[in-house]
Amino acid sequence: MRVRIRLFAGWRDRLGEEEVLLEGLPPDATVESARARLEERCPALRGLPAAVAVNLVQVPPDRPLREGDEVAFLPPVSGG
Amino acid sequence: MSASFALAADPIDPVALVEGVRTDEDGALATFLGTARVVSRGRRVVRLEYEAYEPMVRAEMDRILAETRERFHVGAIRVVHRLGVVPIGEASVGIVVAAPHRADALGACRHVIDRIKERVPIWKKEVFEDGSEWVGEGA
Repeated sequence: MRVRIRLFAGWRDRLGEEEVLLEGLPPDATVESARARLEERCPALRGLPAAVAVNLVQVPPDRPLREGDEVAFLPPVSGG
Repeated sequence: MSASFALAADPIDPVALVEGVRTDEDGALATFLGTARVVSRGRRVVRLEYEAYEPMVRAEMDRILAETRERFHVGAIRVVHRLGVVPIGEASVGIVVAAPHRADALGACRHVIDRIKERVPIWKKEVFEDGSEWVGEGA
C-alpha cells in the first residue's frame, strides 16, 4: 500500500521535504505505523507532538490507512 | 448573509474589510486585528513567517464560520489570514463581523479568533536576530 505524507513547520524542516510517498506499507497499516516508518527515516521526529489528518479530517492514531490516502502530520497550531 | 475567508500574501486593509460587511441593517461592526509583536518570550522578534495546510484550513474555516452563524445573530463576516512573511507591526489576521447588536458582533468576533487559535492548521515561525523557532512546537 502507498500513502502520501504531508509535513509542515518543524516536521518539514527536520525531514527536509514537504511531501513524502510511503510505499510498501502492509495492508493493515495505521496512522501510527506510518509515523513509525517516518521516524525510522528521520529519528529527530521521535517524541514530537502532532495531530494527524487523513484526507483533511483529524483522526486517531489507530485509524487504518487505505491506498492513496493523504496523511498530514500537524504540529500544534499557532495561527492568529 | 455572507461569510468569507481568504489567505493573503499582502497586507490586510481593515477599512476595506469593514466596508465589505456593513449594511444598513447593522448597528454594530466588530473588528479584530492580530498584529506581529516585537517581543516574544523575552526575545526580540525580527519578523513572523506563516504557513498553512491550505485545503484543510479552508475546510476548518467553513465549519467555524457556519458554527459562528448558528450561535450568534450576525450579518456578514470576513476573515483574512496572512501567509509568508509578516513584518513587525503588520496584521497577521483580520476579522470583521457585522450584526444588528454589539453583543453578537463582539461575541462572534471573539469566537472566530479563539477557534482559529485552537484548531486551524496554520503555523507561525518567530524569526529572531539570532535564529528562529516554530511557535508551540516545544523544540
